[in-house]
Amino acid sequence: MNLAEAFTILFVVAGIFFFVAGTVGLLRFPDTHTRLHALTKADNLGLGLIAFGLAFRMPDVWGVAKLGLVWLLAVLAAATVAQLVARAALDRLPDLDEKGGAR
Amino acid sequence: MTSFLYLAGLILLLTVAASLIRIHIGPTRAERMMSAQLIGTSGVGTVLLLAGAEGNGAMIDVALVLALLAAFAAVAFVKASSPDGAGDPEEDDR
Repeated sequence: MNLAEAFTILFVVAGIFFFVAGTVGLLRFPDTHTRLHALTKADNLGLGLIAFGLAFRMPDVWGVAKLGLVWLLAVLAAATVAQLVARAALDRLPDLDEKGGAR
Repeated sequence: MTSFLYLAGLILLLTVAASLIRIHIGPTRAERMMSAQLIGTSGVGTVLLLAGAEGNGAMIDVALVLALLAAFAAVAFVKASSPDGAGDPEEDDR
């Protein structure tokens, strides 16, 4: 198991951890905006670490460049979408009871 | 090594299943849209892992298109959800 594979395993495990953390956050957090906060962590960081981990396995530089492109698009999309969804959800918040469920 | 990547892809699919729960529960429409966004991103992650496992560069293009479509779906939701359809973050006269 050479160094490249060790790095791949390390970063992919870190990426998976952030994905699972983001998903658990999406399920467990009290209200819309905290869930959105947890979700964007999973999007940007989880995918970024997985892409970075996989870059060690790519045969040529074009594969690495495409991985970087996918991650860049995902980061930009997630950031923009998080702002838009947060603003869309802002004034339409139903009166939530203390557990965060709609009354 | 490839079995490890397949296992990681499986875990990502479990996160997709978990976000389906949020779609079912989600009180507001925004949460359902967020889970759809997470499903899109987990899909991209899974396709990337499969591309890494088989060393196939073409699948990264699939992941690229999937990431793009997930972004457009969320923007479409925002534009549909604001009353005048503009969904323009700056206009605050709603």
